[in-house]
Amino acid sequence: MEPVIRVENLVKRHAGRGFGRRAPGFTAVDSVSFSILPGTTLALVGESGSGKSSLALCLACLERVTAGQIWFEGRDLAALEEKELRAVRPKLQLVFQDPANSLNPRWTVGKIVAEPLLVQARIAKRERDARAAQVLERVGLSAEYLERRPQELSGGQRQRVAIARALILEPKLLILDEVLSALDCSIQAQIANLLVELQRTYGLAYLFVTHDLRMAAHLADEIAVMSRGKIVEQGAAEKILRHARCEETKSLLGAASLAPEAIAAVRER
Amino acid sequence: MNQILEVRDLRVAYGGRDGGVWHALNGVSFGVGAGEILGVLGESGSGKSTLAATLLRLLPANGRIAGGQILLEAADVVQMDAERLRSVRGRRVSIVFQEPSLALHPTIRIGEQVGEVLHAHGTLSKRERGERARGILAKVFSGDIERIFSSYPHELSGGQQQRALIAQAIACEPVVVVADEPTASLDPTTQREILTLFQTLRDQFGIAFIFITHNPALLAGFADRVLVLYAGKVAEVGPTHAVLSSPQHPYTQALLKCVPQVAAGEALRHKALLPVIGGSAPSLAILSRGCVFEPRCEERMEMCQTQEPAAAMLGNRHEVSCLKFPA
Amino acid sequence: MTRFLVRRLAHAAFLLLGVSLLAFLFSTLAPGNYFDEMRLNPQISAERLSALRAEYQVDRPMVVRYARWASALLHGDLGFSFAYNTPVAPLLWTRARNTLLLTGTATVLVWILALPLGVWSAERLGRPADVALSWATAVLLIIPDLTLALGLLVLAVRSEWLPTGGMVSVGFDGFSAAHKIRDVALHMVLPVTVLVAAALPVLLRHVRAAVAEALEVPFLRAAEGHGISRRRLLYRYALAAAAHPLIALFGFSLGTLLSGSLLVEVVMSWPGLGPFLLEAILARDLYVVIGGVLLSTLFLVTGNFVADLLLYWADPRIRSEAAGR
Repeated sequence: MEPVIRVENLVKRHAGRGFGRRAPGFTAVDSVSFSILPGTTLALVGESGSGKSSLALCLACLERVTAGQIWFEGRDLAALEEKELRAVRPKLQLVFQDPANSLNPRWTVGKIVAEPLLVQARIAKRERDARAAQVLERVGLSAEYLERRPQELSGGQRQRVAIARALILEPKLLILDEVLSALDCSIQAQIANLLVELQRTYGLAYLFVTHDLRMAAHLADEIAVMSRGKIVEQGAAEKILRHARCEETKSLLGAASLAPEAIAAVRER
Repeated sequence: MNQILEVRDLRVAYGGRDGGVWHALNGVSFGVGAGEILGVLGESGSGKSTLAATLLRLLPANGRIAGGQILLEAADVVQMDAERLRSVRGRRVSIVFQEPSLALHPTIRIGEQVGEVLHAHGTLSKRERGERARGILAKVFSGDIERIFSSYPHELSGGQQQRALIAQAIACEPVVVVADEPTASLDPTTQREILTLFQTLRDQFGIAFIFITHNPALLAGFADRVLVLYAGKVAEVGPTHAVLSSPQHPYTQALLKCVPQVAAGEALRHKALLPVIGGSAPSLAILSRGCVFEPRCEERMEMCQTQEPAAAMLGNRHEVSCLKFPA
Repeated sequence: MTRFLVRRLAHAAFLLLGVSLLAFLFSTLAPGNYFDEMRLNPQISAERLSALRAEYQVDRPMVVRYARWASALLHGDLGFSFAYNTPVAPLLWTRARNTLLLTGTATVLVWILALPLGVWSAERLGRPADVALSWATAVLLIIPDLTLALGLLVLAVRSEWLPTGGMVSVGFDGFSAAHKIRDVALHMVLPVTVLVAAALPVLLRHVRAAVAEALEVPFLRAAEGHGISRRRLLYRYALAAAAHPLIALFGFSLGTLLSGSLLVEVVMSWPGLGPFLLEAILARDLYVVIGGVLLSTLFLVTGNFVADLLLYWADPRIRSEAAGR
């Protein structure tokens, strides 16, 4: 099966600031390669500063890549001009971590969710509203939420709105940048379930960026561990969990209490 | 075990702008022994942050203590006058807040900020304060103390900033430190380091900690006892192992099931749907009559709607507030 | 640090150069010059006129005149006043000194009043005391400076407590030193009052807003949690956090030291820079005008420069940013 997206030797370097030697540049992403099959999830795990967020931004074409290729739908995104990128963007959507900051507090939910339609296609207002209501339902929010504002929503509800906004253009790949980290445990479970259901129903591929190895293990088919800009370990989720080889991975496993002494909670029946 | 902090039937409410009342804590009672690490587990709306603020009476203008007692070394914090309160804060009980980058003054050096706490509670000269501050920083940081001493907050990493806050909290050797989600904004590895630091401080100086979090995974292997807070009430409290491995309250059971489990020797049941707690967190504007968890409880009985559960002792200092267990 | 200083100085110099050019340009381009006025005077013969014109070189091309003027400037020579027939520099300087006496005192007073009042009202934000103060300052803000000045003058005339204008009384030169000081001080009371009354409302509001914002900041609550006293919290913590916008304002205050008191000086006959420049503009006294403009700009630029320096010193985050960290 052809992968939805294939990244080859991606490099992202931040240039130094100021004249000459004031702040040296550094390499956020150092020659990274991976691919994601349709309908599957790749979890990108690492500490802050590992480069995973930079990588996510590059994939979402919100940052220019320094070198390397991003093969998506037969084209190299890194080489496209802004105008050509516009045609591709609907298929590749990004959801951020902090719903409080990524939703415009002055707009209603309906307007927020329909915004991508405004940018991408010329559709009549009625059609836009209909689609907004539709996609909200898909994420488990009834039509009454159309008129609400972000401040009136809980963290989990806001995150659903952000996901709805990402879904309205019917993408093939969703880049989820730490979307669960700011949520309570029980809400994390709800949103995780939503993501799983959406993936099953619509065959979406996910790039799940996180530092929570536990949730990554739960949601992902494959895990890639990043450290200082490089992928240090990559493979099937099971393999990474049971037979981790790198120090970085082991340290993340320990931090997530995935060592044998962890909680042995009530089993699911 | 001698209790250095005892909270009895604490009730706290906030006044809304339109005259509405928000009942954040509705009769919370628990005790903390000397050198004990108590983990308070609660989600948003459980009242955990209110609890943290109330223990030091740092509520915002629209919050008030509607009843109860906070006995710190047998003196009631709720009744203290302003001057006594000020002398107790930072000296007998301290607080460590969530976002370290926001809790430190941006234009005062770290060493001096620690010195400020000493200054508020003592009469040392500036030089003496500096020396003492260095000593305190040494308890919390490894490596170049001098550099940390003269740094500004924005020059430190998130983990270092949190350590600086902890240094301020332990500066006057309090008996108990309240930590309100101190690791929420940190990396997992740094989180573990901070937890280890707490344990070290407890082992070496006998400081008790009240560690508030919404993440149960952090409390395993760290806290001595765990208290589960739901909608302003204590659902369950007991030794960590008991509460996390064999929870008795339906809420605790449901909450722990939400965390994806990765048990050794089993294939990953990944992408299986996680059991979620049906319904949503209750509105705190109304004081419910029966059990506050009843609408979402899978094991609810008829009497749960009208009768409020009292704490039942299950042995080994494990208490549950559920009508399944008669008091 | 030095790079920062050098850059700021370069900015300032560049600005001054530009302003001097513009000032020169606009002044010479304005229709009419001193000698055109003189032509109307029958007592001055045509030969005398052309001789004067040659002496002052008003008929040379603009570029040449500017070049000569600029080089003279660098030597400290601000040119010659046509009207007074003396070098401009000493003239300006005496007048500027008088103005500074007035505005300097007013500025110090305004800040001494605004800071504690601002902190006090920020603490009681929204409560009756604060609302009352807000109303009072609003009223003060609405009253035009002119009305205030005239009103106070009338009061002075009627009550004969205070002198009604000017800087010194008759017979000043014969006074003893102490008497001289007292005399000037008495004359200063009215104009300084007007200046303070004009500037206080705005500054007070700014201080109040900056401190109120600083009081909301998390680190203040954290400090309160450490048992730090209320007083220290307000002054050492909140005010320090509010310092950034206030320092910028202070720099601006410095900058307007020369230019802010024109109206008051004219109304109260204070022999300052304002009325002097006004006169010179009406008389087309070119070099006085340019000199005055330059002096004002110098103050403005210096004020900003001082503000930058203060900010650099007060806020370590700016230092880090400047160093590229």
